[in-house]
Amino acid sequence: MKKILFKAGTMLTALITVGVFAETKEKIGQYQLNMTKGVTDISADVYDMHMLMFIICVMIGAGVFIAMFISMYFHRKSRGAKPANFHENVKVEIAWTVIPFIILIAMAVPAMNLLIDMEDASEPDVTVLVTGSQWKWHYKYMDNDVEYYSKLATQADQISGKLDKGKNYLLEVDRPLVVPTGQKVRFLITSDDVIHSWWVPAFAIKQDANPGFINDAWAIANEPGVYRGQCAELCGKAHGFMPIVVIAKEPAEYDKWVSEQEAVQQEAKEKEQRLLSMNMTMAESMLMGEKVYSANCAACHMPNGEGLPGVFPALKGSQIAVADQPKHIDILINGVAGSAMQSYAKQLTMSEIAAVVTYERNAWGNDTGDLVQAKDINSAMNEQ
Amino acid sequence: MTTTTDDTQHDSHADDHHEHHIPYGIKRWLYTTNHKDIGTLYLWFAFIMFLTGGAMAMVIRAELFQPGLQIVEPHFFNQMTTVHGLIMVFGAVMPAFTGLANWLIPMMIGAPDMALPRMNNWSFWILPFAFLILLSSLFLEGGGPAFGWTFYAPLSTTYSADSTALFVFAVHIMGASSIMGAINVVVTIFNMRAPGMTWMKMPLFVWTWLITAFLLIAVMPVLAGAVTMVLTDKFFGTSFFDAAGGGDPVMFQHIFWFFGHPEVYIMILPAFGIISQIIPTFARKQLFGYASMVYATASIALLSFIVWAHHMFTTGMPVAAELFFMFATMLISVPTGVKIFNWVATMWRGSMTFEVPMLFALAFIVLFTIGGLSGLMLAITPVDFQYHDTYFVVAHFHYVLVTGAIFSIMAAVYYWLPKWTGKMFHIGLAKWHFWCSLVSVNVLFFPMHFVGLAGMPRRIPDYALQFADINKWISIGGFAFGLSQLIFLVLLVKACKKQGEPVSNQVWEGAEGLEWEIPSPAPYHSFETPPFVK
Repeated sequence: MKKILFKAGTMLTALITVGVFAETKEKIGQYQLNMTKGVTDISADVYDMHMLMFIICVMIGAGVFIAMFISMYFHRKSRGAKPANFHENVKVEIAWTVIPFIILIAMAVPAMNLLIDMEDASEPDVTVLVTGSQWKWHYKYMDNDVEYYSKLATQADQISGKLDKGKNYLLEVDRPLVVPTGQKVRFLITSDDVIHSWWVPAFAIKQDANPGFINDAWAIANEPGVYRGQCAELCGKAHGFMPIVVIAKEPAEYDKWVSEQEAVQQEAKEKEQRLLSMNMTMAESMLMGEKVYSANCAACHMPNGEGLPGVFPALKGSQIAVADQPKHIDILINGVAGSAMQSYAKQLTMSEIAAVVTYERNAWGNDTGDLVQAKDINSAMNEQ
Repeated sequence: MTTTTDDTQHDSHADDHHEHHIPYGIKRWLYTTNHKDIGTLYLWFAFIMFLTGGAMAMVIRAELFQPGLQIVEPHFFNQMTTVHGLIMVFGAVMPAFTGLANWLIPMMIGAPDMALPRMNNWSFWILPFAFLILLSSLFLEGGGPAFGWTFYAPLSTTYSADSTALFVFAVHIMGASSIMGAINVVVTIFNMRAPGMTWMKMPLFVWTWLITAFLLIAVMPVLAGAVTMVLTDKFFGTSFFDAAGGGDPVMFQHIFWFFGHPEVYIMILPAFGIISQIIPTFARKQLFGYASMVYATASIALLSFIVWAHHMFTTGMPVAAELFFMFATMLISVPTGVKIFNWVATMWRGSMTFEVPMLFALAFIVLFTIGGLSGLMLAITPVDFQYHDTYFVVAHFHYVLVTGAIFSIMAAVYYWLPKWTGKMFHIGLAKWHFWCSLVSVNVLFFPMHFVGLAGMPRRIPDYALQFADINKWISIGGFAFGLSQLIFLVLLVKACKKQGEPVSNQVWEGAEGLEWEIPSPAPYHSFETPPFVK
């Protein structure tokens, strides 16, 4: 009776397993279960190496488990097995020390060759300086006059669940990095504050961004496309919210994009100079300030300006935000040494800094009535 | 698990003329210098910490049940991952092994007690305060440590909350406790072995713990140095890890992992010892390759000092260093493999039965092997660039720590519990505990390999939609594994109330060693006059 029940149980389990697999197989198309092959020669080699190691490990594991299950089945006391007496065997012991060693050498040699290829970042066609800072990436094209910050573009309402999540939830940025296909792009990687790690799976690049030091990595993208990654080293509160998006374009399109960007950035600089002589109204300034605040400041100081006591100071009712205006502007321009507050002089335009200072001095009941203009920021910067 | 009943006290009166009475109630536990009492304290403390750290894991898995932020803020999430790691490493696994060492080493080598009983008392009683300090920091302004259990600078220095000072102090106390425990083990084993108990006759649990104790003494001061440098960088203006002052943040990682990698073996070598005790008992066959087991353990311990930077392949080390650490790391799989082959050879042509300790030991071998093989994959530097800091790593170290270290601790508790209490534990509950744990732990950790390979970084409170389905299953496995441990709690409470059938001295057919020759429950002092080992 027991045996029949056992058999029925086994068959039922087998049927359920097959059913579950059949169902998941249809769904599996939607998501990935293995490492990406990527779009560079190196990433394809890395994938092949991964699969080789995986298969070797599965085979070793299977061998061990089969031997173990054979003894668990055949050498059971309930089957009347009598214990043997042996407890050592020099030949066998030497064999299972030497054979794994040989397998390891067979694994190590191709791994070594691949690693040496990966670490050779010499003779690049394009060089990009990648700088991590809490919690965004800054890209600077060393051969062109183009640089910008790249930040998470997913709306806060999607994260909190007020809006439906989009297709590229948490993997979308406002300004992606653009690289040419078929050219050797070298990434110089560093950080402004804590350690970050710049990871693009499709390029098989994961390189730590260490403050005060520069690392390098390189890639030749074989196909145009959009490749997404994330920061891989715990870097504080919003570590999960600093994605990386790289767009690879054909060289001709890339060149076009670079010259466009150069023109746009040049124009923006000129526009900023022109704006110095213009004044914003309080309403304009508050509207712009709120936008700048929620994109740059709210992660730490919180949307309600109350901060996180003990880690990120409150702006609501703070002495600096309601009284000491020069200090307030100074913090925005220079940051606070030895804290997470970074300098925004490079990240924001003067009118944006002016607007956000105005916003912080008038939001959440701070009501100072102060209206700061771009030219105030300009003169504060020039004083230094 | 204790010896509080009247007859054992009578026993100890009879056994020990110096010991006129054992204090009752709280004083007994506060003042105790008895290795068994202290072992019990360590084990219960470890179990309470296991449940506490487990509760934090439940918070983590609840937040990760679906994409989006639902339950906790990212800053609190980081505190949970950090404190979960610290508690499980320093509060659960390490004290549990020290508790087992206290209970078992004197009984196994034929000694009456540990060599340094007052230090033994102190090394335990400072631990609860260390963890009170650590846990209390969670309630301070700015929260507790939120920089990961690896506390990489400068996140833990310039950018951390002021509670970092408490974290540093707590780690100092834990380190002092571990060092004292380790010294006690070394002194006991060197000086108190019974006549005839030569080095190569020592049970493997004693051998592995001896080697572990040396590792502890070697590396806990390194950890103390690392946290002190964090403290002075944060509060006293030094720049060990700040490039602006001539320091180097990567140097922190070198120092930390020089402690951290031997630490990994501190948490697994005693497990190897436990499994090497249990497998021969239930295979009814002598351990295969005793000498090679000892040498393999020693080689693993020595190699553990020259592989630390395999945790740091992405920090931008020179190629030559990456190659060296890759080769050295791969080498570790040779002695580790020898151990696994030896266990399988011990079972081969044995006469096996599958009591609960054996079930956990067998699960250990299979699941630890999976964790070991994923470790070998992680050693391959060019591929590690893709694995590093993803859930693949999380899967790897939970396979070696949960289904490795913790399963071995559970196996040990089930194996020796009847000796400690004199009663067989509730076998039905124990089997439920095993099967529920085995299934749920794999639902919990196995799919982590896949999300990791697919590109999910670790230590994130929210994730992209493609990881959603698998994370839901991982969380379900996590909740089930958490609940399964409550079965263990019920079983342990019943065992400590002395419920169950009385057992013989040998307890398990096939068990060999000095601890199985003394009465069950073991008398308050194991060997008043040393036995002679033939």
